Amino acid sequence: MTATTQTRLPVGGDRIDRSQPLAFAFDGAALTGFTGDTIASALLANGVSIVARSIYHDRPRGIMAAGPEEPNALVQVDWPSGVSEPMVNATTTPLEDGLHVRSLTGMGRLETAEDGSRFDAVYAHVEVLIIGAGRSGRAAAAEARAADPAARVLVLDGDPTASGDGIQGDTTVIGVYDHGYVVAVQRRPDPRTEGRLWRIRAGQIVLATGATERGIAFADDDRPGIMLASAATTYIRRYGVRPGNRAVIFTTNDSTSDVEAALAEAGVVIAAVVDARQDARVVGTRGDAQGRLNAVDIARGDGRHETVDADLLLVSGGWNPNVALWTHTKGTLRFDERIAAFVPDAPPPTTPMTAVGAAAGEIDGLGTITPLVVVPPQVDAPTEDDWATHYVDLGRDATVASLRAALGAGLESIEHVKRYTTIGTGIEQGKTGGVLASSITAALLGQDVGAVGVPTFRPPLVPVSFAQVAGRDRGALSDPIRVTAIQPWHVAVGAVFEDVGQWKRPRYFPRGGDTTGESMDDAVLRECAAARTSVGVMDASTLGKIDIQGPDAGRFLDRVYTNTFSTLKVGACRYGLMCKPHGMVFDDGVTSRLADDRFHMMTTTGNAAAVLDHLEEWLQTEWPDLRVRCTSVTEQWSTVAVVGPRARDVVAAVCPDLAVANDAFPFMTWRDALIADVPGRAFRISFSGELAFELNVPTPHGKAVWEAVLAAGAPFGITPYGTESMHVLRAEKGYPIIGQETDGTVTPQDLGMDGLVSKKKAFIGQRSHRRPDAIRPDRKHLVGLLPIHPEALLPEGAQLVAPDADLSSRPVPMLGHVTSSYRSAALGRTFALALVKGGRERLGERVLAPLAGPHGIEAVITSSVLFDPENRRRDGEPA
Amino acid sequence: MLLIPCPHCGPRNETEFTYGGQAGIAYPAAPDALTDAEWVEYLFLRHNPKGRWRERWVHAAGCRRWFDLERDTLTNEIHPGTAP
Repeated sequence: MTATTQTRLPVGGDRIDRSQPLAFAFDGAALTGFTGDTIASALLANGVSIVARSIYHDRPRGIMAAGPEEPNALVQVDWPSGVSEPMVNATTTPLEDGLHVRSLTGMGRLETAEDGSRFDAVYAHVEVLIIGAGRSGRAAAAEARAADPAARVLVLDGDPTASGDGIQGDTTVIGVYDHGYVVAVQRRPDPRTEGRLWRIRAGQIVLATGATERGIAFADDDRPGIMLASAATTYIRRYGVRPGNRAVIFTTNDSTSDVEAALAEAGVVIAAVVDARQDARVVGTRGDAQGRLNAVDIARGDGRHETVDADLLLVSGGWNPNVALWTHTKGTLRFDERIAAFVPDAPPPTTPMTAVGAAAGEIDGLGTITPLVVVPPQVDAPTEDDWATHYVDLGRDATVASLRAALGAGLESIEHVKRYTTIGTGIEQGKTGGVLASSITAALLGQDVGAVGVPTFRPPLVPVSFAQVAGRDRGALSDPIRVTAIQPWHVAVGAVFEDVGQWKRPRYFPRGGDTTGESMDDAVLRECAAARTSVGVMDASTLGKIDIQGPDAGRFLDRVYTNTFSTLKVGACRYGLMCKPHGMVFDDGVTSRLADDRFHMMTTTGNAAAVLDHLEEWLQTEWPDLRVRCTSVTEQWSTVAVVGPRARDVVAAVCPDLAVANDAFPFMTWRDALIADVPGRAFRISFSGELAFELNVPTPHGKAVWEAVLAAGAPFGITPYGTESMHVLRAEKGYPIIGQETDGTVTPQDLGMDGLVSKKKAFIGQRSHRRPDAIRPDRKHLVGLLPIHPEALLPEGAQLVAPDADLSSRPVPMLGHVTSSYRSAALGRTFALALVKGGRERLGERVLAPLAGPHGIEAVITSSVLFDPENRRRDGEPA
Repeated sequence: MLLIPCPHCGPRNETEFTYGGQAGIAYPAAPDALTDAEWVEYLFLRHNPKGRWRERWVHAAGCRRWFDLERDTLTNEIHPGTAP
């Protein structure tokens, strides 16, 4: 519990509404504030002086500032919505009724429950964006409107009370990017929304961000009760709070005349004014048992020392123009001796930007400033301990001793000093300590501050939650979800889905839709057995489909595929392999000739967009002379694959007008067909080794045709199967999946597909197949693996070594890795595909997957084709 | 977020585009005539200058056309280029 005394002034405070009290709690103590308070002003009004303990040194800390530069008053807030948010800046967060606020020790704990708050996004395009709605910003807005009445002029300000014509309050710019792109955060634009992220493209930006007061480093400069001078003015005038009873003012400039007046209004005794311009210094502070300020040690210019009782020490080391946004896109700064601070110099190269008012270094009432940044310890030969409480960055507990250690370690660049000391890496990103650190570093190095510079400022200017950046693009909306026309059927029967790119594909169909009744292993064995012994059916609609038209289409495909397509007859289909120029396999699929000048290309599901991009790039940038156009038709066709020895019976029933006999409709051909009365195309292609027909119909008819196929197949026990069974069936035949067997380092030759690599014509990637690396004898080849124990299942991705490999050697001599591994109904055992060094020369040899446990799994290397190597099943059940 | 001048559609956000690397690297007319070193030069070796250079972009979420432009890699200043 925190002892509290009311320090609210009887009158005053232009932001608070005394008719609307708010109840809140701080570390369990029930407190009250008013509408319009920040959490910080309400804490001060209740006499709370210690709001945190510091992150490393466990020092008590109080409220030091009244804005985003606050390094201490970072609290955990339990919002009435139920969300608990760590590291909330108490000085910028409006008080709400029912808040539970908890003090932290420099670090919060992230909420593990999902934040259900809604965040929105807004886009704006303006001719002139003015950042800051103070006097200079409003003047700039008026000027911009006068210069061009048609110009869209937007003024943003983080202050919730900022309002007026074209002024958007409670909206803080957090980053300025190239070409006038600006991102800002807005709190609670309406009751339903927690916040908004603004994305703005501005033709011109006016920086009217004002200036922030900075401190001075001296011994014990971090006690609760030590505050920036202007913060005290703010708490008195805006919130009607008396921040202390007896004050000492330590200043380098005239701006503290404001706070002197405010303190007088609030009835605070000014015990001493320590003006650095008269060679007076605060040399240290003293505290009570809790560490709260109770006295200030002062050295006067005439050599006198005195100790003055005070519970408030107000410091002004000068003012730093708020220039971070100027530098986000490489605007430069220069050091202005006149105000002893960095000011804007060259504007960002790609964003027209000007600075006005205090942001430009025009700071009213500063007078002549003494550039005092640090008061040395008052001993003859200071040790590092004497510098250890000269805090520079309170948020990081970094001191002058830290800076001296960095320089002692040989670091001179301010960027290195920043990383060594972590100064400027806290929540407030060096708003108070940054220039101080540069100035002290310059003094220690004996260089000009301007030459030392300041560390790079980076977005975000103030903290922003990931939830606010994500907006509504989270969960189901984080990426498009693509489904086929047949999807409702899959859902209705209880299919288990997997993501393939953006597509939802049925992975398997547990019997009766009951995942508790049938495991995936059991379902896959059942589905595969049906496809090998009777008939199965699969939704293959997600396969990429590209309509390729033009008189040069054949020549184009010859250059794109490793094998030849210009000779393909109309009505025929051919499997093709595609490489990138580096010679590695990029995609595969079956392409069919629809007419002399028209082909229907099929791609892998996940690669469809990349293949279309590839085709268009080569057509546009290298072969603009070819008369070819490519159009994605993936979504225009639904594809129903009917697979198994009884597939012909089913297709005959669904397509009564189609001649389905093997002579009339042979393997690797396609036919126009009426499929369940829907005009479409039937392809005799197979990804399982079984007799198979892929029926394509326009997408709106997909579900009806699927159901017609199921009805026609019912007498044969037709069995829907998913991607898992598809993988098993194709792996038994040694068909690679591009992206599973291949990883961008695999050539057609590695896959054993030399026969598909033409030696008669030029194609993309051909030259690379002659590179020395491509013809190394120890390249990894695609092979099959049969575990010695027929029930042992190799994990996909398992590394392979020789059975007698010395596993203690470093590196362990690797032979390859497992790419696919399944249980096979047809083989009655487990099997795998793998990439193994020189694998085709090692058939019959053993490899070991040295898994955790005593033995690992040993397996025999075989051909990658483990089932029906003679292809006797592709036309139906062999006689 | 760059504002990229598509020669066909006008200025658009960078998110509509895909980057295509250094411009002006033509596919060799006769790859088979090249030595391994020459082929590797074409395949893998690119400049990485600090300052202005020509690069390729494609307006992937717009007109899907490729084009070149000049950009300063230090400042991101863009000078409209030409279609290939």
